Amino acid sequence: MSLIDAAMPGMLPVPNRECIRQAVRTGMALEAVINRWSRFDRKNYFYADLPQGYQISQLFHPLVGEGEVEILLDEKDESSTKRVGIERIHVEQDAGKLMHDQHPTMSYVDLNRAGVALMEIVSRPDMRSPAEAGAYLRKLRAILRYVGSCDGNMEEGSMRADVNVSVRRPGGELGTRTETKNVNSVRFVMQVIEYEARRQVELLEEGGSVAQETRLFDPDRGTTRTLRSKEDAHDYRYFPDPDLLPLELDEAFIEECRSSLPELPDAKRKRYEGLGITPYNASVLTAEVETARWFDAVLEVGAQPTQAANWVVAELFGALNRLSKGIEESPVSPNQAGELLGLVADGTISGTIAKQVLEIMLETGQGAAEIVETRGLKQTSDTGAIDAEIDKILAANADKVAEYKSGKQQLFGFFVGQTMKAMQGKANPQVVNERLRAKLD
Amino acid sequence: MAGIPLGIKDLFATRGVNTTAGSRILKDFKPRYESTVTANLRKAGAGMLGKLNMDEFAMGSSNETSAYGPVISPWRRNDGGNAALAPGGSSGGSSAAVAAGIAPAATGTDTGGSIRQPAAFTGICGIKPTYGRCSRWGIVSFASSLDQAGPMARTVRDCAIMLEAMAGFDPKDSTSLDLSVPKWETGLSSDLKGKRVGIPKEYRIDGVPADIGALWDRGIEWLRDAGAEIVEISLPHTKYALPTYYIIAPAEASSNLARYDGVRYGLREVPDGGNLDAMYAATRAAGFGAEVRRRIMIGTYVLSAGFYDAYFTKAQKVRTLIKQDFEKAFEQCDLILTPTAPSAAFGLGDKTADPLSMYLNDVFAVPASLAGLPAMSVPGGLDEQGLPLGLHLIGRELDEQGVLNAGLAIEERAGFTAKPARWW
Repeated sequence: MSLIDAAMPGMLPVPNRECIRQAVRTGMALEAVINRWSRFDRKNYFYADLPQGYQISQLFHPLVGEGEVEILLDEKDESSTKRVGIERIHVEQDAGKLMHDQHPTMSYVDLNRAGVALMEIVSRPDMRSPAEAGAYLRKLRAILRYVGSCDGNMEEGSMRADVNVSVRRPGGELGTRTETKNVNSVRFVMQVIEYEARRQVELLEEGGSVAQETRLFDPDRGTTRTLRSKEDAHDYRYFPDPDLLPLELDEAFIEECRSSLPELPDAKRKRYEGLGITPYNASVLTAEVETARWFDAVLEVGAQPTQAANWVVAELFGALNRLSKGIEESPVSPNQAGELLGLVADGTISGTIAKQVLEIMLETGQGAAEIVETRGLKQTSDTGAIDAEIDKILAANADKVAEYKSGKQQLFGFFVGQTMKAMQGKANPQVVNERLRAKLD
Repeated sequence: MAGIPLGIKDLFATRGVNTTAGSRILKDFKPRYESTVTANLRKAGAGMLGKLNMDEFAMGSSNETSAYGPVISPWRRNDGGNAALAPGGSSGGSSAAVAAGIAPAATGTDTGGSIRQPAAFTGICGIKPTYGRCSRWGIVSFASSLDQAGPMARTVRDCAIMLEAMAGFDPKDSTSLDLSVPKWETGLSSDLKGKRVGIPKEYRIDGVPADIGALWDRGIEWLRDAGAEIVEISLPHTKYALPTYYIIAPAEASSNLARYDGVRYGLREVPDGGNLDAMYAATRAAGFGAEVRRRIMIGTYVLSAGFYDAYFTKAQKVRTLIKQDFEKAFEQCDLILTPTAPSAAFGLGDKTADPLSMYLNDVFAVPASLAGLPAMSVPGGLDEQGLPLGLHLIGRELDEQGVLNAGLAIEERAGFTAKPARWW
């Protein structure tokens, strides 16, 4: 516990360089104006979780100005884009946490979070539905995670939303808004909007009016209730913090922030599409920074992009789902995945065998080549061996051969399947096809 | 400073030693940390003799607002009476201790004259350096944009030595100046040839005793004798300085003192069945004295929605004008000479009923505080009651050397050797 965060007498704050840097980098990722000159203000109010009796914030001159976030309204439709405006990002101190369940008659204050820097990202009233708000939050979270300025974990409180909702008739002016504070999941945010919009519409339709107020979300009931009305609103007596000088950013600082920005989700998605990856796969692979990093590592070891994308989305995600693991905990490393994909690409094993190999890799942690070698899973193109099996199958299924020859073409697949089975999946499917056609047609 | 036992104003956090800021709300508060300034003094070899009384949270000009009782000045009037006199404030314990010879020197802090006015009242020297010279870390905040620590000692040279030890950049204070500390003591020289000293006409105000005007004139002659050229200057916004100060300082104080809420340390009063708000109200009502409560209320008022622009914003603008007054004046002169205070020490209780008359004590000291300039009080002589009077030197930003040198020139010529007769 820092003496400053506990607001001991005579303690003074200093700006945290890394926090300013992360806020600036976030601003850049949101294509926002970076203000070279900003200032800290005190927001004064009394509460037991606020040791100083004021929160250091930025009301008048925020660090970051206007920017925007592009969202996809339909994940599968590239053209369904919408831009949500960002009004500003300011940095401020977090408060502590009150605990009312630790003692029969007393409340305790946990100051571990007090004084920790947070960014407040203020969006413009551009979202028109719970779904749009959800898409915005998910996109924003992805960007924050790419930038590394926030882990975006809403359950743990490292990202929280204050949700402002108003309703209006089509084409009308924006209505009076309510603000629901500290909502801590994307799903809850969408619930709040759904509930608030209905509540406000009902109010208006009954001839009432919406009161501008602060509300609280009750996650158990899925409802909101009044916390305080506008009349009860604090007079925060904002004024410039005399303990802190205005913040001036020099070019070297700005340049470092810019040059340390990673490739962001939109740019990455476009790059993937440029490699021939389908828009859907590109969108799935870039949605989370861990997935994108993992996939980039697979590409780096030389995997063929479209094949690798299909495999990650179809095979690896399925396997990880079964194991309830995130990609960052994947038992298969990008290197190992590259090796496996390489074996498929050069014809050493078939796609079917690749599935088996993956299962063994997940179980044993062994490399793909080693598994294929020790378990004799190598695909064979040996026409002699394949021909021998085909002859046996055709002999044993003379009736089906006759049906096929009389025009039941669908049976071709049956013969392929039987042959592959007899070859324990190790036959090169292309060779099997060729040989079967030669013998049947 | 090896071995010098210093008195420390009770506004400086001293590790393991009570630090009360003269307030009941911090009764028995023992910090687990040491202020940067006192740590610097210890590093220079000085020791701490003890903590010194002061006006509560440094709000006062007579040391009568302390929750621990007033400080009585060692000085008596020469009328044969025994009237207890004020040692000035808010660093009244510091001025009294040094004047009485209890400590060779003491730390003070100055927000709007709290080093200089008590120094003048007790016949000692005191300098407030340029804002940012001394770290504010570990000094209980009153008004952050004005608070500065400084030495109070018997001679100009002692002040120079001690200020050198106190000052220096501190990364823990964002308003600390990242500059090396000049060798003020070795730079001391009372030769003022080539220096121009400005005499601001606006400081000739009505109601100031003739003794003070006469001392000011003598001061002018002393500086001329030391080689300086005397020029008349104008600081046109001087009359707005006090009202401006009494908006900005209480505004900042109202916020700085919000942390004394009974939650984490210090006094806590919980009325039976009371909620959190009741605890705040009871704690702060019992913990703060009348003057502190008055300033918190003034500060809260001037920052309130609807009054902010009329008071706080306006005051900030006037503060800029006052700074510009000095910038213009320093185009014509290198230093400014004025009286330190508009009167000699007054009796305890004389001004407590009328806060405005108390505030007027700092009329000459406050403009330099608002402008962040170095300023010093040096004893010049006694008035007809036998009480010390001080002369006040204001320098350019960072020109503590110029201020100290002119102070030395006055000290050499004033020949001030009077000491209070020992009655205690």
